[in-house]
Amino acid sequence: MEGKKKLSIICFSGDFDKLTAAFTLASGAAAVNQEVNIFFTFWGLNAIKKKKGRAFTGKGFLARFFGFLMGGINNVPLSRLNFCNISPKLMNYMMRKRNVATLKELIDASIAVGVKLYACEMSMQILGLTTNDFIPDVNKEVLGVVKFLEISEGGDRIFI
Amino acid sequence: MTTYKLNITKEHCPMTFVKTKIQLSKMAKDDILEVLVTEGEPLENIPKSSTEQGFKLLGIEHVQDNIYKIRIKK
Repeated sequence: MEGKKKLSIICFSGDFDKLTAAFTLASGAAAVNQEVNIFFTFWGLNAIKKKKGRAFTGKGFLARFFGFLMGGINNVPLSRLNFCNISPKLMNYMMRKRNVATLKELIDASIAVGVKLYACEMSMQILGLTTNDFIPDVNKEVLGVVKFLEISEGGDRIFI
Repeated sequence: MTTYKLNITKEHCPMTFVKTKIQLSKMAKDDILEVLVTEGEPLENIPKSSTEQGFKLLGIEHVQDNIYKIRIKK
């Protein structure tokens, strides 16, 4: 049997639709036995915060203010036609109605099939976040760019 | 040796693959999984990915209309 294929996703976006694409790819690839890593940076970190709504996360006044504005997975907007965050709710309704996995289900599925989740050291530093601010499934090893290049070496890399 | 049944005919990508993978991971060696799938991507790729993971494909059987049964031995 040849070696496992590898897919590494740099998840920069914190948009509902782009996160859905990232977790669909990740869970699908892991389910067909690929090694999958997701490296969350900037807005992407909103997908893995422990506090799923708006909360003053992070250290320092500005970081906590930004943390509140960014929110968590419950606040992620659609990249287009967001209509004051009504569209993600409509999209969730349509997904459930048509028996398509919702974003939250895709995140749970990704974790269940062994997708490895990593947070970006630099973004965490800017936003005053620690690994304790993330869901427990996020790897305790925080990655910088060199380490990410190392773990993604030899596989496909995708930027979302 | 136990036989497990899984119906993913109402599921869509990627949950077809995810549910099959999770079910297989819960099973013991030599257990058998019978998966009901619709034709198209699940029918083409579940047998392929299962054999790639070292499982044995016992057969594919047409059930009715566009529904097929895939039998996999862990």
